Amino acid sequence: MSADVLLEVRNLRRYFPVLGGVFQRKLATVQAVDDISFSVRRGETLGIVGESGCGKSTTARLLIQLLAADSGTIAFAGKKVGTRGGIDVRDLRRQVQMVFQDSYSSLNPRCTIEDTIAYGPSVHGIPWASARQRAREILTKVGLDPALFAARYPHELSGGQRQRVNIARALALQPQLIILDEPVSALDKSVAAQVLNLLIDIKRDLALTYVFISHDLNVVQYISDRVLVMYLGKVVELGPVESIYGSPRHPYSRALLGSMPSMDPDRRRAQATLAGDPPSPINPPAGCRFHTRCAHAEACCVAVEPPLLADGDHHVACHMLAPGSGHSTALVAA
Amino acid sequence: MAEPGAMPPLLAVSRKAAPLLRCEGLVVHFVGQGNTVHAVNGVSFTLDSGEVLCILGESGSGKSVTLRALMRLLPDHAAKVSGEIVLAGRDVMALDRRALGELRGAEAAMIFQEPMTAFDPVFTVGRQIIETLKRHDRLSERRARQRALELFEMVQIPSPERRLDNYPHEMSGGMRQRAMIALALACKPALLLADEPTTALDATVQIQVIELLRRLQREFNMAMLFVTHDVGVAVEISDRIAVMYAGRFVETGPVRAIIREPQHPYTQGLLASTVDGAKRGHRLEAIPGSPANPAALPPGCAFAPRCRHAEPACTSALPPEVWHDDRRMVRCIKAA
Repeated sequence: MSADVLLEVRNLRRYFPVLGGVFQRKLATVQAVDDISFSVRRGETLGIVGESGCGKSTTARLLIQLLAADSGTIAFAGKKVGTRGGIDVRDLRRQVQMVFQDSYSSLNPRCTIEDTIAYGPSVHGIPWASARQRAREILTKVGLDPALFAARYPHELSGGQRQRVNIARALALQPQLIILDEPVSALDKSVAAQVLNLLIDIKRDLALTYVFISHDLNVVQYISDRVLVMYLGKVVELGPVESIYGSPRHPYSRALLGSMPSMDPDRRRAQATLAGDPPSPINPPAGCRFHTRCAHAEACCVAVEPPLLADGDHHVACHMLAPGSGHSTALVAA
Repeated sequence: MAEPGAMPPLLAVSRKAAPLLRCEGLVVHFVGQGNTVHAVNGVSFTLDSGEVLCILGESGSGKSVTLRALMRLLPDHAAKVSGEIVLAGRDVMALDRRALGELRGAEAAMIFQEPMTAFDPVFTVGRQIIETLKRHDRLSERRARQRALELFEMVQIPSPERRLDNYPHEMSGGMRQRAMIALALACKPALLLADEPTTALDATVQIQVIELLRRLQREFNMAMLFVTHDVGVAVEISDRIAVMYAGRFVETGPVRAIIREPQHPYTQGLLASTVDGAKRGHRLEAIPGSPANPAALPPGCAFAPRCRHAEPACTSALPPEVWHDDRRMVRCIKAA
């Protein structure tokens, strides 16, 4: 493992049972996150994109142990989470914090802004008075005047202000990594831009690392250094933002990026890149999960799941790019 | 348009020149206990047959309320609506319940962001379309089902025969949206009102629905009033864009002019704060503050508190509409 890896995820898996019937029997399984591996490097912003049901939010919750993984390991700064000699969950959550999409439901309506931000540090052993002092300093950092906002309640704030409070709360424990799950998706465009600017500023000032999850392809392109594309619980492509957006290699990534509305009235999208909706993650297709919508699918795609192969810094899981996979366009294995 | 053949030829010619929809000074206020929400504060525009006008605005700007007011869908007891709405030569504000029922569906139809709430969950999708056809077009059950099948084929629903017998919850989001488009177009309306129909959809499905709407709009030479908060979607679909802020159109014009040469400071700010890859590495020029609260609008230009070009004249009186030619309007004193 190279020295600059902050978070290392190996073979992470989480299934959810679908219960039903009179006796709440298990009817099916949602394969929300199925055997994914990736690493987050210190100081980078890793963007995670994908459509609804692809497992990006489940991944976020697994990373911070809000959900327990069925199998797989997470290591933070080289220390395995929840193992002897590793890092325990409590310490992990001091180092890794999260900001959610819904700024309102993630704040306690009965707590003032100041108490909300000071709560985390006080739980982690900082005296209440100095925790409140820290809360006020952080409020200033996220652009909210403590004299005006410290004593307010969440319902007295606008959506953009509440999201700033959530960011402040995440910062209160001085974490190294912040997981941002759709942090600007619920905000108006003009306000989202303010919050994105703030996120970029504090990342630079505090030397933070971000995992930035969004369905908004433009926002991910704007903010990320590397991008991970997910489809039905699998990583299909991972690489530097320039190469993912500039020359996506997986057919799904190409289709996804090809469906971004163009901002130029003279270069409208002529034809949709895919037909139909994403399949349900309940009992997903066998083999390559994208084969049901892929124009290049062949027998090997239905039969065998493609491995995530590295080409330098660019990783793709597609039989067309895997030598010896049996796909007609793939190189024959040497 | 109802029975063009029954009209005297002269009248038919003069109507052809008139716009399909004319909206003049539309005002919608919601009067509550202690406060009044000024949702729409004087919206005027015209829409020709076969034209796509996009209303672009943020939450609370009054864009959805405008659409509902045009269809007279707002409850009388809560909303005070005034202004003039003329659709296909008919004064919409003067119509009674029965006449409104005839107008909706036949002249103008509406599609919504969330088709799950627009469909009745206890009837199959096919049944809802068939009943609509029987009521509006007086078709027999057999003919109506045949027509519903054609509509499903038109919106490219796979295995349409089987899908007609689905309940709304049995369909995926994209398919429900297609079914709702089929329902809306069942009686070949001259005007389609679309309220963020692609917002709840995934990226790969959104572009499919945009293309479907573009194709059907051209095929039927249908006028469309499309509400969205997404600049990219507006660029993909519209001929003209109207930018709405705090219940007023602040700028209208052809899509190219609005995107390439925005003149109102709000439009400029909205485009500058819309993220795309080209802005990577550059700081976004965000508009300061939050969108205006329609329950407590500032005097004069509602955007003035967030505008960096604001001067005392902006808050003393409402800036007039400045027309550059008959298609381009900017409501800003700097544009005069």
